[in-house]
Amino acid sequence: MIDVQDLGFRYGENRVFRDVSFSLAAGKIAAILGPNGRGKTTLLKSVVGLLKPDTGTASLGGRLGYVAQRAEIAFAYKVIDIVVMGRAAHVGMFRAPGPKDYQHARNALSLLGLSGFAEQHFNRLSGGERQLVMIARALASECQVLILDEPASALDFRNQDLVLSTLRRLAEDLGLAILMTTHFPQHAAHIADYALLLQSADDAQWGSSEEMLSEEKLELLFGLPVEKVQVQRGDKTHSGILPLFS
Amino acid sequence: MQQTLVAGVRESRWRPALFIVLVIVLVLSALLSLAIGRFAVPVSHVAGILASALLPMEPWWTPVEARVVELIRIPRVLMAGLAGAGLAVAGSALQGIFRNPLVGPQIIGVSSGAAFGGALAILLSESRYLLIGLAFACGMLAMVIVYSISRQQGRASILMLVLAGIVTSAFFSALVSVTKFVADPDDKLPAIVFWLMGSFASASYEKVWLIAVPVIIGSAVIYLMRFQINVLSLGDEEAHALGVKVERTRWIALTAIALISSAVVAAAGVIGWVGLVIPHFARMLTGPDHKVLIPAAMLIGASYLIHVDNVARTAIAAEIPVGIITALIGAPIFGLLLRRTANKGWTSE
Repeated sequence: MIDVQDLGFRYGENRVFRDVSFSLAAGKIAAILGPNGRGKTTLLKSVVGLLKPDTGTASLGGRLGYVAQRAEIAFAYKVIDIVVMGRAAHVGMFRAPGPKDYQHARNALSLLGLSGFAEQHFNRLSGGERQLVMIARALASECQVLILDEPASALDFRNQDLVLSTLRRLAEDLGLAILMTTHFPQHAAHIADYALLLQSADDAQWGSSEEMLSEEKLELLFGLPVEKVQVQRGDKTHSGILPLFS
Repeated sequence: MQQTLVAGVRESRWRPALFIVLVIVLVLSALLSLAIGRFAVPVSHVAGILASALLPMEPWWTPVEARVVELIRIPRVLMAGLAGAGLAVAGSALQGIFRNPLVGPQIIGVSSGAAFGGALAILLSESRYLLIGLAFACGMLAMVIVYSISRQQGRASILMLVLAGIVTSAFFSALVSVTKFVADPDDKLPAIVFWLMGSFASASYEKVWLIAVPVIIGSAVIYLMRFQINVLSLGDEEAHALGVKVERTRWIALTAIALISSAVVAAAGVIGWVGLVIPHFARMLTGPDHKVLIPAAMLIGASYLIHVDNVARTAIAAEIPVGIITALIGAPIFGLLLRRTANKGWTSE
């Protein structure tokens, strides 16, 4: 679904990353991890096509849904107005969305349990609700590839859980290929099948989450010791990745 | 109190009622405007004169009244209404495209560019078609200049846009001064000066057509693009990721905006602030969806400019240029809106 070959990007003389290659199949989730400023968002935008990479290619095997990091809107649109904008690629120039487009928008909202929010004003929603509305907008576009920039990083625990489990469900039930960036290895460990570590501008490592989210690799990535822990609650085992702050 | 009112009117069940009220206000404004003036015609006579165009009837009005209404006031009201509607539509679309309720045809440079084009046309010939042609060409040119100055790394920030607009307007104002300076002071100079101040005093059916065709075509294009303008108002990256061809869409809309603005300038001179204040006010009533905002702004803009023109021709013995009144009303209102919205994130970018 997502096929990235030898992708490289530079701002002027500054190399951000190079030789990034990976491919992600339908129904799978991949997380991009790296310290602040290492180029997670730049990589994501190069894959999406918002930035032009200086080497390599990124091809998407299906319609793209993109959820940017900042979810603020200059005007007080209602949620349904925002979600129906996901239909932009299906609605021609000089045309407005028809009943079918609104049906797609309502289906997307109900899939995420947001039907009750349709007539509310987007800017009055909480961060988690906004993030879900943005995901609903991507779904309304009938995307097969969903790319998200820090979808859960700015949310409280409950909303982190809500967004992450929603993404897991969309990958499993709808077969979406999902690529996301995150600050939290825990989020990657929780839902991602694969992880891409941006160790340095010259060293991007791709592999399965188990392999990539090891204590050694994460310690190297963040420059801070980390400890993997396991917690037994009922019959469920939860694993955590604990940063050992100084 | 204010908040609940605004929220209440935004509800879609109030929408038909809102539009009925706006249409009634516009019709009454037009009728009133046909009646009042230095030569007052009773409203009943105005109604009769209008009805007699459709149905044969015994006149209960004088032939002079009929001539005043038919030859002087109807074209004048039509022009004011069309200009107000056009400027409001152009302003609404601009504010959506640039994601900011604080821009208008003036800020983006169109008005000053069109003013120069018009002044140059008056200097060169008597032709109305040259006037509208040059006004459109220079209005468009000014917009391209503003746009290219303000764009950095593919993004146009609002602050840069406003500053580029100031720079460009200053430049074109200087060019207007040059045309005034070289104009014949007995003949061309007064023509340029009065035209620039903005007035409907010389309204005629020919001028009505001159303004009607571009305003109707431009507004139709913008209304057809209402959904694309909604998407553009999310920002370039979002719109691009949603599959909209951002540059092409924006330029089609901007061309329609320049067409409307320069037609208004060509026919009636520079009438500022309407395209800035009216869309802002309309958005308070309808919310930001351009499907509703554009027609509402159109109706409010038409009524507004008809009333401004009433004041212009009746307040004192001489005609006051319309542009002066819209600036006297618009600038303070805009100052208030600016203060009220400063903390809502609209001014930050």
